[in-house]
Amino acid sequence: MTEPLIFEISRPGRCAASLPECDVPQAALPKNLVRDELPLPEVSELDLVRHYVRLSHMNHAVDTGFYPLGSCTMKYNPKMNEVAARLPGFTAVHPYQSQFTVQGCLQLMFELQECLKAISGFAAVSLQPAAGAHGEFAGMLMIRAYHLDRGDTGRTKVLVPDSAHGTNPASTAMCGYEVVEIRSDARGNVDLDDLRAHCDEHVAGMMLTNPNTLGLFDEHILEIADIVHSCGGLLYGDGANLNAIVGVAKPAELGFDVMHFNLHKTFSTPHGGGGPGAGPVGVTDALADFLPGPIAGMWPASSDSPDDEPEYGLYMPPKSIGRLKSFYGNFGVLVRAYAYIRHLGAEGLRRVAEHAVLNANYLRVRLQDTYPLPYRRVCMHEFVLSGRLPGAEGVRTIDIAKRLMDFGFHPPTIYFPLIVPEALMIEPTETESLETLDAFADAMLRIAEEARTEPDTLHNAPFTAPLRRLDDVRAAREPKLRWQP
Amino acid sequence: MKVEQGLLYQESHEWVRLEGDEAVVGISDFAQEELNDVVYVELPEVGDTFAKGDVFGAVESVKAASDLYLPLSGEIIAVNKELENSPQLVNEDPYGKGWLVRIKVSDPDEAKDLLSADAYAKFLAEEAQKGGH
Repeated sequence: MTEPLIFEISRPGRCAASLPECDVPQAALPKNLVRDELPLPEVSELDLVRHYVRLSHMNHAVDTGFYPLGSCTMKYNPKMNEVAARLPGFTAVHPYQSQFTVQGCLQLMFELQECLKAISGFAAVSLQPAAGAHGEFAGMLMIRAYHLDRGDTGRTKVLVPDSAHGTNPASTAMCGYEVVEIRSDARGNVDLDDLRAHCDEHVAGMMLTNPNTLGLFDEHILEIADIVHSCGGLLYGDGANLNAIVGVAKPAELGFDVMHFNLHKTFSTPHGGGGPGAGPVGVTDALADFLPGPIAGMWPASSDSPDDEPEYGLYMPPKSIGRLKSFYGNFGVLVRAYAYIRHLGAEGLRRVAEHAVLNANYLRVRLQDTYPLPYRRVCMHEFVLSGRLPGAEGVRTIDIAKRLMDFGFHPPTIYFPLIVPEALMIEPTETESLETLDAFADAMLRIAEEARTEPDTLHNAPFTAPLRRLDDVRAAREPKLRWQP
Repeated sequence: MKVEQGLLYQESHEWVRLEGDEAVVGISDFAQEELNDVVYVELPEVGDTFAKGDVFGAVESVKAASDLYLPLSGEIIAVNKELENSPQLVNEDPYGKGWLVRIKVSDPDEAKDLLSADAYAKFLAEEAQKGGH
C-alpha cells in the first residue's frame, strides 16, 4: 500500500478553501516579501480529506492495537477524559481573562496540584512544565537555585546511573552541570560502592528513576538517598516510571527531594505523536520556594460571609526559578489527568500499579525461558529481554521488532537501555486483557522459533505493514529532507 | 569477530597502533558489530589536544550514539576524512580503512596501561559470560 505525497496529488488551480470576496481595498505586498519559489500543494477539499484519512489508517495507535513500548506507558486513554477536556468551560476560555471569570479552571489546577501532592507525598507542586524532560530541567534548575541560595557555589557535578533515560544527562548538561555516570550492579541496582566513590562536596545531586529503565525497583533506594544527602546533594526522581508505584509508594517517602510526573503516561493523556504532554514537578518543603510559577492557590472565603465560595488565584513562589511555559502549562492535558485521577480515586490508582506490575510479570515469565533475561528478578511495570536468541545468531533485535508488526503488535522499545545488548524493553501496562497478553507472548515465542528455522522471514519482515522494511541506514546516511519534483 | 594482533586495546573498545612517536586510533571489530551500521562519525580538528581517556569524538549508528575515548594523550595530527562520506568503512574494515585519528603521542609510558590483543580478547570473553553488560 502506498500513498502519494500531498505534493504529488497537487494540480494547478485546485483549492480546498473558498474565501469570501475581499471587502477592503487591496494593497500589494512589498516586492521583497513576495516569494514564488515555494510550490505549495494545490488540492481539492475531497482529495485533501482522503489523503489524510488514508494516512491515518496506516497508523498504529493504542485504540487500534497492543502498544508495549517500554518506558512510554502506552495505556488506554479513557474517552471520558476527552469528554471532560471538551467541556466549553475549559475550551472557551482565554488565558488573558480575569481570574474572577475562570474560577473553575483555577480550581481544577489547584485540586490537581493537591492530588499530585497526595499521590507523591511532596509538599508542593507546580503544573508549569510541558513534558517530562521539561520537568527534569525545572528540577535541576531548582536544585541549582537551592544550593546557590545557601551560598554553596562549589557543586558542579550531577550523578546519573548508566541505566538512565537519555534525557537525564541532557537535562543535567543543560543546567551547566558535569554528568558523572554511576554503574549498575549485577542485580540491576545502582552500584553502591561506585556511588559512594563519587559522592563528595562537589555533587549537586543525583538523578534516579525508580523503578529504573530495566523495570527493576532499586532495592537500596533508602540507602542511596542517605548517601546522596550525606554529601549535601539532593535526589531527583525521574517520574517516568511512576505507573509502577502510583497509589502504593510515595516518592517523597523514598527519599526523593524533587520529582516530575509524566501526566501523559501515568495519568492517561494521549501521547506518542510528539505531544502535548505535561510534566508537573513536586518538591519537599526545602525546595517549595523555588518552584516555577505561577502556581494555583486557594483563599478561603472570609469568615464573615460563610456562604461564599473560596477564591482561586495564581501566585509566584518567593524564590521561583521563574516561568517555564507561556501561561499555565498544557491546560487541556491537566484536565484529562484530573478527570482520570478523580475517576479512579486512591484505590483505583493503586490497582493501576498492581495490574501494571502483574501484567509485566506475566509476560516476563512466559518469555524468560526463550529470550535471555539479563537481570533475572521479579520486575515492576516493564522488563528488558535480549534479542540474542541461542541458536539464531544471525537474527538481531531489529528483525524481531519488525516481525512483530506482522502479528499486529507495535514493537517494544528496542536497543534501550544501553546496558543490555540487543535490548527489547516491554511495558504492557495495566489496561490489557489476559487474551491480549497471551496473543503477544504467543507471537514472541513463534518469532523465536522462526528465528531458528527460517531466519529470512525475520530479516525480510514486515510483510503486512503498509510499508516493507525501511532502509533506515541509508535514510540516515543520505537524508532527503524535502520533496523535490 | 576479530581481534587484530599487534594492536593495543582499551575496555571502551578503541584500538591503538603505535608507529614511532605517533599512533593510529580506531574502534574494534566487536565495537562496530555492537553498534550496527554506522551512519555518522564525529571527529576532532587537527591540532586539538586531548588527555588519555578524554572524549575525542562520537560514532553514531541507527541504534545509538557512542562517545570515543582517546587511549593515549596527544595531539591530533590527522583525521580520517573518508569517513565523512563513507562512515560504513568503520563497519567494513575497522582495523584498516575505518581508522579514526592519528595522534602525536605525548606520553608513550601511558601505553603500558593498555591491553594486548590477547588480554582484550579475554576481556571480551568474560563480558560475554556476564551477559548483562
